[in-house]
Amino acid sequence: MAKRAESPQGDSPSSIITLLLRYGALMLIDALALFLFYRLATDGVWELAVAIVLITLLVNVINLAPNLVPLRWISPSLALLLLMVVYPIIYTVYVSFTNYGDAHPYTKAQTIALILNEQIVGRSYSWAAYVRGEELGVMLIDEDGSLEFVAGNAAPRRVERVDGELPQEVDGYILDDSRGRRLRVVAQGTFGPADDPITVNRNLAIVVNEKTPRYIWDEAANTLTNVETGEVFRADDQRGWFIRADRYEEYLAAVEADPNARLGDFVMKTSQFPLQVGYRVVVGLQNFERFFNSPALRGPLVSIFLWTVTFAFMSVLLTFTVGLLIALLLQAKTPGRRIFRTLLIVPYALPALIAVVTWRGMLNDNFGVFTLWIIRPIEGLLGVDIPSFFADPTMARVGLLLVNLWLGYPYFMLVCSGALAGIPSDMYEAASVDGANWWQQFRSLTLPLLLVSVGPLLIASFTFNFNNFVMVEAYNEGGPPIAGAAFGAGHTDLLINYAFQIAFGTGRGADYGLASTVSIVIFMIVATITVFQKRFTRNWEETGRNV
Amino acid sequence: MSSAGVSLKAGIDAKSKKRIELGYRGQQRIWMIVRMAILTAMVIFALFPVVWIVSASFNPKQSMVSQTLIPQGVENAEQLLRNYNTLLNTPRYPFWRWVANSVFIAAVTSFGTVMLCALSAYSFSRFRFWGRSNLLVFLLLVQVFPNILAVVAIYLILQQIGTHIPFIGLNTAGGLILVYLGGAMGVNIWLMKGFFDTVPRDIDESALVDGANHWQTYWLLIFPLVRPILVVVGILAFVGTFNEFALARVILRDNESWTLMVGLYTNFVSNNFGQNWGIYAAGSVLGSLPTLIIYLLLQDQIVGGLTQGAVKG
Repeated sequence: MAKRAESPQGDSPSSIITLLLRYGALMLIDALALFLFYRLATDGVWELAVAIVLITLLVNVINLAPNLVPLRWISPSLALLLLMVVYPIIYTVYVSFTNYGDAHPYTKAQTIALILNEQIVGRSYSWAAYVRGEELGVMLIDEDGSLEFVAGNAAPRRVERVDGELPQEVDGYILDDSRGRRLRVVAQGTFGPADDPITVNRNLAIVVNEKTPRYIWDEAANTLTNVETGEVFRADDQRGWFIRADRYEEYLAAVEADPNARLGDFVMKTSQFPLQVGYRVVVGLQNFERFFNSPALRGPLVSIFLWTVTFAFMSVLLTFTVGLLIALLLQAKTPGRRIFRTLLIVPYALPALIAVVTWRGMLNDNFGVFTLWIIRPIEGLLGVDIPSFFADPTMARVGLLLVNLWLGYPYFMLVCSGALAGIPSDMYEAASVDGANWWQQFRSLTLPLLLVSVGPLLIASFTFNFNNFVMVEAYNEGGPPIAGAAFGAGHTDLLINYAFQIAFGTGRGADYGLASTVSIVIFMIVATITVFQKRFTRNWEETGRNV
Repeated sequence: MSSAGVSLKAGIDAKSKKRIELGYRGQQRIWMIVRMAILTAMVIFALFPVVWIVSASFNPKQSMVSQTLIPQGVENAEQLLRNYNTLLNTPRYPFWRWVANSVFIAAVTSFGTVMLCALSAYSFSRFRFWGRSNLLVFLLLVQVFPNILAVVAIYLILQQIGTHIPFIGLNTAGGLILVYLGGAMGVNIWLMKGFFDTVPRDIDESALVDGANHWQTYWLLIFPLVRPILVVVGILAFVGTFNEFALARVILRDNESWTLMVGLYTNFVSNNFGQNWGIYAAGSVLGSLPTLIIYLLLQDQIVGGLTQGAVKG
């Protein structure tokens, strides 16, 4: 290959402008990245902050190093791919090792900060009114008799009692506790500095308001103490909960007895916390253990896994068979081939969601046209009772495959048409001279040659259907439900729908950790299929060459 | 049987058929009729749902129970178009807003995909550099994992970024576009690179000799030459984004920011499907038209791009 001379930047008149543009864009990106890094780091979202800095660094290196010119062209795509595809995959792995979810939404530091924000409000005092000209002041009288004076926008000031009486004058303010003054104090309402005001209630007798944190955090002891009630909560850094110290042993015993139990119920009983949530910690393989060991999860898991494989396999088989059949029919000299083809692509040209939902209507148990026009007559003819498409597990699955056949065959029809046209006709000639009949020709000539080019697509279609989330979601949201299963698992749920339900499903709250675990398991299955595909396609290519 | 099979088995030289026994013509005709019958049956299977949804959209009674193939009780245009009227003129259903969101998101995604992928494809096609083949394989490998699998992570990332840069956060078109763009890179770069490879390199060489730099060569010479594949990728990206549902539903949260697919599904399918059947049908008909027209008009180009990508990818 000829070595291409790198055109010197200075030669062309536009290069100064491009140079400025490039540096300008880089600076803009860097500024944005730094801003995000600073803000995200402040939030404690270190993973994303670091990822953004690394990606930005990479983009900078690529665009500044003189010998990486080819990569400059790729850098925008690469940056997007890293941020929106690669990082999410890595982050998914990380989340699968944590207890992230509605029950553990924040890091420990964030959670403590939130809890310390929780303040005791509306502490009541007796009070007396003071006046200086038109300005008002308030003397707060605590239960123990100590005094504090608040006026205008000044901070509260401690005042000593003289002879057991309220002072007659403070900072020029004169005691005037008449009813009229008190009313005026109530009318003004707020006193003290703007960031920490005290409020006088409409209730004339008492009032005022002071804010103190309800909890005190003790770093060394790893405990939170409720100032009002004296309750102590101990942090469990392994599982991310604050547990009442007096019941901590009981809690540990419960955990030990059943490490995979959902702790929420027990924690609710023992923590009685204003926030009612734990914090995010790395829990190691606990999600994986829960996923594979808990009966409520494992039962449906096996069934869902088997169905996912069956669904993907049957979908590919059906769509490929029908698509190939039509491709063969269209290849023969049939009048109106072009019109047939155009009409037969229509299912492929419709938005999948709309198509599936339309079928959902047509298969409806009571009023669906498919049920009324086809299922009922068959029932009448055979004298049997065909169960409904949405209540019966088997029928739901049959319906799903039917709809997917409708959606998917045009793709294989198109692909097979292309591939068939690519098979040289002299091969058939030779075969028929040798006396091979149609079936022999098809089986030992057409199919192997077709599979060389279409084979990888079959596997791609398998992985696609393995994760065909929208199909199931739009058809019946995974129903009918499997009895006794957690997270509303249903008979038509694919693994990906199951993961989705765990993450975003209503009911028990989101559990991102567990959902990511399911995603990781799917990742691994897909990866295995990919390796398998590489082997498989290589085999096919070899057969193709031998033919 | 064998001769019939041969005729079914298409594309075969006519000569080999001609020397077959008498009655061949008759048999051939029967097989043709069988073929036609099968194809017609398939067409009915393929088109019936479309006919049915169109009929539902014109049924003045809206509900699924009352639907007949030919809408009953239609006496004037108002009744015929009642579902469309309800859909378009009910403030609760910001239909045009959904359409505008969908079109905006799909257009920006499609434009961005074409521009960014073309840049990358040019580099992969024209330069030889360290790590090139590894990068290409990496693009393919990443593509094996659909981004719906990492949806939890994507959701959290947008949430985290969105607190500081609101227009690319959750519930925004910007955030969704970023996600789509990231997901669109792999396959499309491959598809385009395949096409770029078919443009003779002599064109670049001569331009470079004449003193043009790479950018000028790319922008003024190559870019116009590869327009067909850019159009195909752009259209496929537009249609794919316009019809996308899963990610859009997770990321977009309220009625005003929904795309057409999410809006239709959440308003008419998630609750009272049977009662909303007619309105849903009207929405589907309007919502399917853009894609359908694009596909049917450009089917040759799209099929070309599809099979090319398929064989290559």
